[in-house]
Amino acid sequence: MTDKYDAIIVGGGHNGLVCAGLLAKSGKRVLVLEANDQVGGAAVTREFADGYSVSACAHLLYQLQPAVRKDLKLSVKLASDDMTTIALGDDGEHVRMVGNKASGVSDADARSYRGFRKRMTRFADLLGTYFNRPPPRLGTKDFKDVSVLARLGLDIRRLGRGEMQEFLRLIGMNIHDEVVERFESPLLKGAISLDAVLGTHLGPRSPNTIMTYLYRQAGNHGRIAAPKGGMSSVTEELAHVARTAGATIRTGMAVTRIVVENGRVAGVETEAGERFDSMIVISNADPKRTIMELVGARHVETGFTHRVHHLRSRGNAAKLHLALDGLPQIAGLSKKDFAERLVIAPDEHYVERAFNPAKYGASSPEPVVEITFPSFRDETLAPTGKHVMSAIVQYAPYALKGGWTDAAKGEFEAATIRAIERYAPDIVQRITASELLTPADIEREFHITGGHWHHGELTLDQFMFVRPVAGAAQYQMPIEGLYLCGAGTHPGGGVSGAAGRNAARAILGREKAA
Amino acid sequence: MTIQEVPQGRLRTPFYSRMSELDTVNSWHEWKGYTTPDELYCAETEYFAIRNATGVFDLTPMTKYRISGPDSLEYINRLVTRDMAKIKPGRVAYAVWCDDRGQVIDDGTIFHLREGEYRLCSQERHFDWLMASAIGFDVSVVEETAEVAGLAVQGPTSYSVLSNMGLDGLGELKVFGLMHFDFQGAELMVSRTGFTGDLGYELWIEPAKAEQLWDALFEAGKLHGIRAIGVHALEMARVEAGYLAAYEDFLPAKATLRTGRTRSPLELGLDWLVDFKKPVFNGRRALAEEQRRGSTWRLVKLDIDGNKTAHHSYIYAKPKNNKREIGFVTSAVWSPICKQNVAIGTVRMPHGEIGSNVWVEIYYQREMHWSKAMAKASVVDKPFWFPPRRSATPPGPY
Repeated sequence: MTDKYDAIIVGGGHNGLVCAGLLAKSGKRVLVLEANDQVGGAAVTREFADGYSVSACAHLLYQLQPAVRKDLKLSVKLASDDMTTIALGDDGEHVRMVGNKASGVSDADARSYRGFRKRMTRFADLLGTYFNRPPPRLGTKDFKDVSVLARLGLDIRRLGRGEMQEFLRLIGMNIHDEVVERFESPLLKGAISLDAVLGTHLGPRSPNTIMTYLYRQAGNHGRIAAPKGGMSSVTEELAHVARTAGATIRTGMAVTRIVVENGRVAGVETEAGERFDSMIVISNADPKRTIMELVGARHVETGFTHRVHHLRSRGNAAKLHLALDGLPQIAGLSKKDFAERLVIAPDEHYVERAFNPAKYGASSPEPVVEITFPSFRDETLAPTGKHVMSAIVQYAPYALKGGWTDAAKGEFEAATIRAIERYAPDIVQRITASELLTPADIEREFHITGGHWHHGELTLDQFMFVRPVAGAAQYQMPIEGLYLCGAGTHPGGGVSGAAGRNAARAILGREKAA
Repeated sequence: MTIQEVPQGRLRTPFYSRMSELDTVNSWHEWKGYTTPDELYCAETEYFAIRNATGVFDLTPMTKYRISGPDSLEYINRLVTRDMAKIKPGRVAYAVWCDDRGQVIDDGTIFHLREGEYRLCSQERHFDWLMASAIGFDVSVVEETAEVAGLAVQGPTSYSVLSNMGLDGLGELKVFGLMHFDFQGAELMVSRTGFTGDLGYELWIEPAKAEQLWDALFEAGKLHGIRAIGVHALEMARVEAGYLAAYEDFLPAKATLRTGRTRSPLELGLDWLVDFKKPVFNGRRALAEEQRRGSTWRLVKLDIDGNKTAHHSYIYAKPKNNKREIGFVTSAVWSPICKQNVAIGTVRMPHGEIGSNVWVEIYYQREMHWSKAMAKASVVDKPFWFPPRRSATPPGPY
């Protein structure tokens, strides 16, 4: 049986669903094929222990773009919004950050933090504008490309002379140098460092970690929220919008091949051998998987293959889920603080030291941790009176020396529990079940090459005009009819929907131009 | 640990011993790491050996890659612009390969040695590009430059010389064909290929048998005017034949820094090598776009008035008034056999149509003083030297 669709989307991750929704809304017959049994890709809620559910990969909403919410008229129910980040300190001496305010620090630091945040917000707004449109191509004479580039230049200039210089100075710089220059509180420095490196294979002293910090702020100024019912509520809502607009979404359908005939895309084939025809195939899978596995290098040219082959996409963030029979004791926290975001990054050096072994293929013996207790405000996730903890733990290199054996996983989980135990001494007694997802597990479960959140490292050489690779930043791949719409494209990962929306607009715009 | 000794300085090909014995002028240069003769007697004498008898040129430094494996055909077909499925085992193809932007990386010959097994020969080295191209293919690419000794045996008496040497059945070999012979227990491969535009062959053998092959060849050619030649004589012959040379008539795309200094196959007059019927090959998209929009440059073969060679001359559309450069000469030679002043050049489109006239500005020196002349040139279609004997099968016994 073959069905004819205007567009087939490979993978029902959040970007694929955003893209599907927008295309369906403009009258396209869209088919979404998702390999897993539920939609959402890495933005899903799933049970990890009897009665305990958690957002399996992404667990906080930072950057769901206002433009995406607006275009699709999304109504996302939030369990928590405007969450405070609490940097856990010894003896209950914590530092709290929300918006531009930092407390638990000296007046000088609080002042400095306000200035720092204001500037970062300004820069993030500037970047955010460009995150919501395809990046212009470099080196063309196309009016649109040139005008967007000119506008980018103008927007940077309009920051004012001093701020422009500051922007250009900071964008390639590392977060470490900036925080040590500005702040004295080790907890503040540690927490900002963590924010800059979360989800990357970068340490605070790595280049362009200010850019990754800004990336997180783009769209909603770094305002953090947790969706009610976990991430699936966002992606279920997206799927609902897409279906309502007429898109067909089928789960449990792993696409194994994007069919290329006579140099152009003709459809897809699933694991079960089903074939679906379409002149447009949009891959929500990462660029490497799409080109090297689904399409095959032989259908694209050498230079492009080579660039895709060398995309850096080795994840370094693990996910730890704990089922708890009650909330742990943490000195200095009130009960309601368990609704907030807790981070373990006692100082800036701690974060870099955690990264050190990862450079050589070993996991951190003293990892940095971002902790949430999503069940605190959301009774759907755990049995009454019980709780779940969802934590992002770094660093857990994808290519661990010796591989992610059970022993290696056990060792990393133990190291993580030890790190948490320092602040929550009774955590071990509370645990009734646990699950650790290393980048290798994330790769397997969510079909992301290297298990990298962003489908490709978020660094300046893989950013904007050159994301995923030079010459392919317009969502269109160098095969007629093939597009990408996932985190590997501009602007990048995180539950933002920007890539999916930009891709849909690029496809519709191209059609209009033709 | 023992430290392996590696050759230092310029390498010598297995034919060096024989060439140096014949050498009278001691004029050598380096070619891809090897000592190569400019000339051994004098370029003109050697040139006339090519055109009137047999010239023997040491091809060993030519870069050679062995390409094999289940995907070898598909791999090569993605690599080069022409359709290699049409090149059967026992055949050789001239081919160009491009980057993704459709710019020529190099040209060369591809020998289909046996089913699914190829040898790619080129002037330049391309291992990085060939390996990058191998990503996603089940193919093996092995550099075998030093493992294969090569001799070009070119000229009207070359067939007679090789027959004399005992290569029975060579008469059946067509242009761009290849045959295998036994030579003193080793496999000798002979291809009817060359860089002179004349009747000629190329001989390929393992280095251990190289000197014996040379000796047998020169023994067999004694009465047929056989002569070893250097690069200068070959260069004269190749310009007459209208063949392109990398770094002269085009720059390998990987070797340029400035934009616009590369050339596409369409701009080099090699559109006959570009097969758009193939759904994918490196540069296809860019070349299709170029075909739609029109090229920037055009390669021209020029027949120039007068006898002053037009080395590196500017080319103009008009001799005076509103004089505007439209291009430049890339290779030039006075052709002794055609009695013509010939050149290969590159001009901006739409100039340089076949049959049109252009003007070249020739600078020349007479006793230190420089003079210049504007010479009229006509753009010609065919190679300057293209004798029927080049492709006659069987070739005549000259």
